[in-house]
Amino acid sequence: MAYSDQVMDHYQNPRNVGKFDDQDDQIGTGMVGAPACGDVMRLQIKVNEEGIIEDAKFKTYGCGSAIASSSLLTEWVKGRTLDDAAQIKNTEIAEELALPPVKIHCSVLAEDAIKAAVEDYRKKLAAQA
Amino acid sequence: MKAPVYFDYAATTPVDPRVAQKMSECLMTEGNFGNPASRSHKFGWEAEEAVELARKQVADLLNCDPREIVWTSGATESDNLAIKGIAQFYKGKGKHLITSKIEHKAVLDTCRHLERDGYEVTYLEPGKDGLISPQQVADAIREDTTLVSVMHVNNEIGVINDIAGIGEVCRAAKVFYHVDAAQSAGKIPVDLESLKVDLMSLSAHKMYGPKGVGVLYVRRKPRVRLEAQMHGGGHERGMRSGTLATHQLVGMGECCRIAQLEMASEAERTLALRERLRKGFDDMEEVYVNGDLNAHVPGIINISFNYVEGESLIMSLPEIALSSGSACTSASLEPSYVLRALGMNDELAHSSLRFSVGRFTTEEDVDRAIEQVRHAVEKLRELSPLWDMYKDGVDLDSIEWAAH
Repeated sequence: MAYSDQVMDHYQNPRNVGKFDDQDDQIGTGMVGAPACGDVMRLQIKVNEEGIIEDAKFKTYGCGSAIASSSLLTEWVKGRTLDDAAQIKNTEIAEELALPPVKIHCSVLAEDAIKAAVEDYRKKLAAQA
Repeated sequence: MKAPVYFDYAATTPVDPRVAQKMSECLMTEGNFGNPASRSHKFGWEAEEAVELARKQVADLLNCDPREIVWTSGATESDNLAIKGIAQFYKGKGKHLITSKIEHKAVLDTCRHLERDGYEVTYLEPGKDGLISPQQVADAIREDTTLVSVMHVNNEIGVINDIAGIGEVCRAAKVFYHVDAAQSAGKIPVDLESLKVDLMSLSAHKMYGPKGVGVLYVRRKPRVRLEAQMHGGGHERGMRSGTLATHQLVGMGECCRIAQLEMASEAERTLALRERLRKGFDDMEEVYVNGDLNAHVPGIINISFNYVEGESLIMSLPEIALSSGSACTSASLEPSYVLRALGMNDELAHSSLRFSVGRFTTEEDVDRAIEQVRHAVEKLRELSPLWDMYKDGVDLDSIEWAAH
């Protein structure tokens, strides 16, 4: 199968690879997928006091399209508010990366990952209050 | 970029130059282009002679009678002819067939087709070693069973089934036994005089011959009869009509001749290359060889690089041509059934690569592959949350994953 240039770019030069301390109050972590299905994404966001995502990191086990979807997502969420980030749709990711139909589930997983990370951060915030 | 190094000999092989030479002599005006079925002139006689020599070369490789060789277009057609041919011819005796879950699609899909036609099929599950045992076959045989089809060498992991033992079981129960030998013929000895095998499928392109030609071995004693699937001029004793493609058959004959001649030395060389490859990953953490190496063809090895997904691994190896055991490449998310049957967990099944080496592989190719695979695995593990967790001592089985 041929990959799009956009997927190859993110795959060969993944952006924002890494890990934040998930115990840190500023950090929201979303881990989605399952090894049994062949893909697991861990997306982490660092949120400032104004509720803006100021940094994001990811690690992904999965095919090239899954890696590219999560890499792209880390670029997109930076500078967004939590609400705004949680609005990102899988179709936008699939379109930007020109994913073929069999790889749409990778973009769905990325959407799930950001939603899970936002939810995790909000839970932490609520627990502090 | 240099041309990729070829590590997919189990998928297909290049044609040996000696084979290509013989084939090219059967095409043009000055060559042996006649129709082997033409009885009225020299062109036909010479073509027939070439075809019969090729038939003998195939028979010699398998130690059988040339009259037991039926030319086909490849192992897929041979599998179809054997399974449908027997099932239909002997349907008066019964409509039950036995095969295994580790068969090639050409066998499995043919069985599925027969199920839609009212036949019943038992699909045997392999053991943890990837093998089907004679006892499993014996236990599955019923009064109305007409055919057992269990392959010789599995194409994904390279393990060798005990076809001698399965043959004994089938003969004792008076059930026909078909073997898909696409991955074994020409690589390891096959002696049809001693084996209780009634039908055997072969393909030329897995042993340095051309694509588009194969044979079905059909035993004469005890006699096996088939319902033809291709009707026409009654070629191949009525079992497979169609003008014989002289150049293809000559190519298959020649590749069998070479395979027989060089089998021992080639197996030794191929095994050494495979072992060199395997040892190249010896010192890496979390690397596993799949399938029992004691019952294995020399050229195939299936290795799991834990915590790295197979398709992305292949994507980072543009200079190496190989295939993945991860079914992500085939658009379904299920990992290979064969690998699962070995008792391995899903991550490992998704993390496997099949390397297959052959006649034209060099030590330099192997060293290049080792270096690049190691580099790619390291890079992808840096990207892998599972590798992180493994390194942090987290037990992945203790996590509740949200399967999707």
